[in-house]
Amino acid sequence: MKYERKDLLGIEELSAEEINFILDTAVSFREILERPIKKVPTLRGKTIVNLFFEPSTRTRMSFELAAKRLNADVLNFSTSSSSILKGETLLDTARNILAMKVDCFVIRHSAPGTPHIIAKNLSIPVINAGDGAHEHPTQALLDLYTIRERKGRIKGLRIAIVGDISRSRVARSNIWGLSKLQAEVRLCAPPTLIPPRIEETGTQVFFSLEKAIKNVDIIMMLRIQKERDKGSLVPSNAEYREFFSLTEEKIKVAKDDVLIMHPGPVNRGIELPTALADGQRSIILDQVTNGVAIRMAILYLLLGGK
Amino acid sequence: MSLLIKGGRVIDPASGIDDFLDIFIQEEKITKISKNLHLSGSQLIEATGKIVSPGFIDMHTHLREPGREDEETIASGTRAAVRGGFTTVCCMPNTNPPIDEPSLVKFIYEQAKLKGVIEVLPVATITRKREGKNMAELGRLRRAGAIAFSDDGDWVADSNLMRRALEYTKMLGAPVISHPEDKSLSRRGVMNEGYFSTILGLEGIPREAEEIAVFRDLVLARMTRSPLHLAHISTQGAIRLIREAKEKQIRVTAEVTPHHFTLTDEVVQNFDTNTKINPPLRTQEDINEIKKALKEDVIEVIATDHAPHSPEEKELDYPAAPFGIIGLETALGLIVRELVETKILTLTEAMAKLTINPAQILGLDRGYLREGGTANITIFDPGSRWRVTDKNSSSLSKNSPFMGWELPARVNWTIFRGKVVYNEP
Repeated sequence: MKYERKDLLGIEELSAEEINFILDTAVSFREILERPIKKVPTLRGKTIVNLFFEPSTRTRMSFELAAKRLNADVLNFSTSSSSILKGETLLDTARNILAMKVDCFVIRHSAPGTPHIIAKNLSIPVINAGDGAHEHPTQALLDLYTIRERKGRIKGLRIAIVGDISRSRVARSNIWGLSKLQAEVRLCAPPTLIPPRIEETGTQVFFSLEKAIKNVDIIMMLRIQKERDKGSLVPSNAEYREFFSLTEEKIKVAKDDVLIMHPGPVNRGIELPTALADGQRSIILDQVTNGVAIRMAILYLLLGGK
Repeated sequence: MSLLIKGGRVIDPASGIDDFLDIFIQEEKITKISKNLHLSGSQLIEATGKIVSPGFIDMHTHLREPGREDEETIASGTRAAVRGGFTTVCCMPNTNPPIDEPSLVKFIYEQAKLKGVIEVLPVATITRKREGKNMAELGRLRRAGAIAFSDDGDWVADSNLMRRALEYTKMLGAPVISHPEDKSLSRRGVMNEGYFSTILGLEGIPREAEEIAVFRDLVLARMTRSPLHLAHISTQGAIRLIREAKEKQIRVTAEVTPHHFTLTDEVVQNFDTNTKINPPLRTQEDINEIKKALKEDVIEVIATDHAPHSPEEKELDYPAAPFGIIGLETALGLIVRELVETKILTLTEAMAKLTINPAQILGLDRGYLREGGTANITIFDPGSRWRVTDKNSSSLSKNSPFMGWELPARVNWTIFRGKVVYNEP
């Protein structure tokens, strides 16, 4: 099997076979991270541009580290749409950077579809590092990798994704990925944070945390956004915590070997108390480590030997 | 100067004529409509196999002048109009500055006379500066030539102001055209709210934003007994409200655009900003209801909502790109393809929605073919096929989701006041 696509834009368009192939490829890169010298020459001479139109530290660092582990050169371009304000269009920005002869774009943008528009118009590989509330494919892949690593399989597992589903790209990418690999996906949030017709993705919707996590193998907590129209969606953080925060007490209804995941950064004390975030069931830091391996695998598949 | 149109199938929805007739034109007027006219010395238009129709009227066009002459001008917009078979366009006042005072109404007429190919009839704003706060000088705007009033692009959310505007215009003989959208509900939405907005992570515009606004407007029309025209209806729910209002004798008319009965929100999946339109592309359910309403004449008018935008603007990301697409040149093709070829409407019924119906709503003496009447005529071949490309578009902007499509019904000749203003190359 080969990864035939030019880009990695989302999980929705991938087949189960492609997802498994990426996960398998990541295994050998994961092993490199345990070596005393964590560097291979695979992408020597290639230049990867991190084009981040939205603030991010961990995803950008993870991509940067992945590229450096593969010996690629990395260019970081972070802006809050500043060049757009100067009258340059999105494609202008991308075309200008491409004219400097770079090999791959890693793009994060607050607007859904931006990596897709750039990918369609440029010849080089584009990796979506998060486009608004649409997709965050590398996050879902590292989540799948981590689940598979810890549980030995994905098929047949029961997973609850809890939090702001409506504005979460992590939720969407995971819904596609987990469903394609035949896990049972449950979504849990107050109704105002559940987007319309989401159950048509084959997921089950719960408004009660206790019911949602009953007998689940994995609980994936999402960050609750502190932002503009909070007031009309959730009355207060305190109320949200009361209804949707995971606690030692509530988690008892899940399976005994339940694992807790979070894409980070965790709002400690809001969606997750510190004791659970740092506790034995938490695999949050495994996710972070595996993120580097997954991104190495993606960069390798898109750029290596091409 | 005389013209003879020979051999065409003349369809005049106003009179119900549908027959093979010749039309003789002298100066600006139609002087004879009859079988087998033989008049030497006049320019001959061989129309065998083609439809001869009253010139089309677009009651909802954005010409961007004054303010955004890089996107469209009265000159370029009217050239696009005649390509599409239109001999009258009504331009919306959301220009910069907005058409909210008499001098601006006159400016449109003057520009059209100097640079336009056909007649441009200005719609003026309902409120000063289009701000939705104070009524514009509707009487003076009307005297200057405004043919209707609309804050198009925005709904007049203040119910008292809308009530007063509806009342006041009764003495002016020009209707109020509402853009029905409750922005407190549509908010930052960029596409139809539904399955596709959910999986794409784009903010949705619920259909209820239109329904709420239509309902409010309808009860104010009932209260004031004033004529109300509803622009670009896109939802099943709004149509049901309009149908019910008509049954109760409320004086309401409505229009739809060709794109709203052709495309669904599924096309947004490619993130092409040329699918970003307000109101947004809806669902098949809505399309079915629109078609039914067109058939029943619950919706009397098809209008383009021609909305040119520069490539720079449309090259932005999806949420940042402006709403709107061009439509003058593709309207007829889409109507024939989606409504006539599918046998939802007859040609006569379809053409009524482009000719006599908008004329009647606006109180304009046009939209028909009659001896002694002005010779505004469109000749097209419903069986012909043509491809939508940059090159065969006269609009300064190229923002169309139909680029590359093959459409039927190419316009062959457009005649305005007895003069050929467009002749298919």
